[in-house]
Amino acid sequence: MRTRVFLLLLIAVAIAVFFATRWVNNDYVFFAGYTVLQFVVLATAWNILGGYTGYVNFGSAAFFALGAYSTVFLHKLYPLPIPLLIVIGGGVSGIVGLGMGYLTLRLRGAFFAIATLALAVVLQTLIVNWDYVGGSRGAYIIRPNEIALIGPYIQYLFLLMLALAVIALTIARGIERSQLGYGFATIRDDELAAEASGVPTLRLKLIATTLSGALMGMAGAPFPYYIGYLQPSSAFGLEYAVNSIAMPMIGGTTSWVGPLIGAILLGSLQQIATVTISSAVNLLIVGLLLVAFVIIAPNGIVGLVQGWIRRTK
Amino acid sequence: MGRGKQVELSFDLLINAVIAGILLGGFYTAVTLGVSISFGILDIVNIAHPAFIILGSYIAYIVNARLGIDPIAVSILMLPVFYLLGAGVYQVYYESFERRGQESLRGLSFFFGLLFVTEVMLILVFGVDYRYVEAPYIGPSWRLGVMDFPLRMLVPCIAALALFAALELYLSYTFIGRAIKAVAQDQLALRLMGASPVRIKRIAFGISIATAAVAGALLIIIQPVEPSVGREYIGRVFAICVLGGLGSLPGTVIGAMLLGILESFTATFYGPSWAPAVAFGVLLLTLAFRPAGLLGR
Amino acid sequence: MAGTLLEVTGLSKRFGGFVALDGIDLNVAAGERVGLIGPNGSGKSTLVNCICGTLVNETGNVRFDGETVDGLLTHERTRRGMARSFQLPRPFTTLTVADNLRVPLLYTVNARPGRALSPAELDTRCAELLQLVALADKGTHLPRDLTQVEMRKLELARAMAAEPKLLIADESMAGLSQSEVDDIVSLLIRLNERGITIILIEHIMRAVMKFSQRLIVLVSGKKIADGLPDAVIRDPEVERAYLGQ
Repeated sequence: MRTRVFLLLLIAVAIAVFFATRWVNNDYVFFAGYTVLQFVVLATAWNILGGYTGYVNFGSAAFFALGAYSTVFLHKLYPLPIPLLIVIGGGVSGIVGLGMGYLTLRLRGAFFAIATLALAVVLQTLIVNWDYVGGSRGAYIIRPNEIALIGPYIQYLFLLMLALAVIALTIARGIERSQLGYGFATIRDDELAAEASGVPTLRLKLIATTLSGALMGMAGAPFPYYIGYLQPSSAFGLEYAVNSIAMPMIGGTTSWVGPLIGAILLGSLQQIATVTISSAVNLLIVGLLLVAFVIIAPNGIVGLVQGWIRRTK
Repeated sequence: MGRGKQVELSFDLLINAVIAGILLGGFYTAVTLGVSISFGILDIVNIAHPAFIILGSYIAYIVNARLGIDPIAVSILMLPVFYLLGAGVYQVYYESFERRGQESLRGLSFFFGLLFVTEVMLILVFGVDYRYVEAPYIGPSWRLGVMDFPLRMLVPCIAALALFAALELYLSYTFIGRAIKAVAQDQLALRLMGASPVRIKRIAFGISIATAAVAGALLIIIQPVEPSVGREYIGRVFAICVLGGLGSLPGTVIGAMLLGILESFTATFYGPSWAPAVAFGVLLLTLAFRPAGLLGR
Repeated sequence: MAGTLLEVTGLSKRFGGFVALDGIDLNVAAGERVGLIGPNGSGKSTLVNCICGTLVNETGNVRFDGETVDGLLTHERTRRGMARSFQLPRPFTTLTVADNLRVPLLYTVNARPGRALSPAELDTRCAELLQLVALADKGTHLPRDLTQVEMRKLELARAMAAEPKLLIADESMAGLSQSEVDDIVSLLIRLNERGITIILIEHIMRAVMKFSQRLIVLVSGKKIADGLPDAVIRDPEVERAYLGQ
């Protein structure tokens, strides 16, 4: 299936999802759905650098928060339409990803992973100490109640996140089938052999890091409007780091389907769990599932299904 | 550590910031020794090491609160338990990842999962309140002229340096110790000497986690502890390791002292809210410009 | 010097205190078949790594096809015409055998100035290469399904896929049967007749003697002999240091 066809199909699915949700007519579903879609974007973005290229990013929260705080920063200057904020948030995160990649990607993958942790902490410390965006006290974003053509504002945000999810999934699938995808896979499998075969590994790694960071920033840009009151602890929250890794690892890292499945399954489970049990237990379960899957089912749910299909053939 | 206000450069403040930094550096040595072994020598990126340290802190807390035993004594009693825990974790790591050649992506995720699960379980059991221990040396200070040596920092510093000395002697003068140093470089030679590399690595990793028991007790002596404190230490630990040059225990001490002094100065003259960024900032800079460390191999 | 494809001058490499290569000088003329031998640990693979840019040498320089390549990354050197196979095969484990060959075609051959290969041509080229090394029926398999011997052939095929001017084959024949060794030697000689300069690193003396027009001997990081094969193996220093008996 050509990528163009895939994109159209996804858009059709997205439109169907949107109207189905409107028909249910329950605001909570929109709020929960937004979070799940956000995770679809984050998980897919993580997987481009992690699953496809083999470089682990522990600092997804940093890129997400950069997008969110770009919005806060600009909101104080001049209110801009959210789609523009998304582009800017993506740009800021992308540039930071590029810069950090340039500093650390010439070293081993393990050092890159640790550096991403470092980035998250440094960024959080900087923002906590920056009063213009609210510092540790937080920042308020007043969101309108309604928007023309669509109705309740949350539906507008939901629609935007749907669009981002479609974009992220299309990009991921497009990469998988392209020359770039081959290049990423060789870096993951054996970087030395990749270089010897003519693959410009540093350049490709930088592309992966920038793209991944930019997508995460785009996911973060509408967040202040969604949540209304943004504190560093929520933007840099632990759940972003662990879910961005757990969802692709549990869903399956070798294809675009994995992060999608992981995000929908785990995201929905967590929405239900947060309401019924505590949010700490909910995160504990995610962590345990991550450890279990990494040990027992390294190719995730997609891998398990593929194995089952092969055996029953 | 640190007084947190913009101040004129008085000699008192300066010298005490240096002392606080050195004492802190001593403690940071204890925290990092384990990672020097697991990462520096065994090349295993155990980012969950701080989780084991916090675990050690909480165990010291419980025993100290219930039975009044000194936290350092508790940690020494816990050494065999933590050693076995470390050996077990390594066995799982080896079977699941090292043998299959998947250390990079999955091994890292595994340790990240461990770190995360430990923190959340501690939150569930103990809540997010700060916990602390009681001991006769927490509180009083030893004064020498204008120099101030808080005992709650001095005692852990001395204990940490003792731990370092013991480990360095062990690695240099015992058969297993030298095998551990060798295992990173020449597995074939090890096998020819009749030692199984996997067994040696398991012992080494066990020792690495055992040091976390002690480091945990020292941590809760120095400062009150709550579950998320571990995360601050990830950056410190790897910053010190890289700064001091991987695999060198004496390098770890020097790196730890340097970082301790840097943090102490930052806290004294710029305020404690900047302290977490120092370690990570140092790490990023070192990785970018001198990845072989100051004493680079 | 006209006709010199590879020129290595004064190349040294140390690992900490250990000197792996000590002032190596060597020239390879375009179209030559050179054999490189030496005991284990003598620095052969280190030399290859330095020539190809995988390792950075401390002193000395490398000139390839008339230009200095010091400072160039490995993939840039590959694109300029250097290809190597690895002593321990390093296949791309999640790609099929055929796709393993597609990578150098996409990233080296297509990256050179001139017309890029179309997808159909890529497929044909992959199939041809698989035929050359007798792996045609394993194209859709994964490398883990291959035997050790087949993996070595894949390793060689992947280097050939980059359409190099200079091919460095690092111990491609370990574990092969006599007839398989002969097959590979004939294959390499055929490639050489097409114009590819080849450096063969091997322990199998039969193959080395049959293949090489010139023989270089490396012992403990130093070049101790460089000349016609028959003369070199009779050199007493070579006998003592390497051939042993």
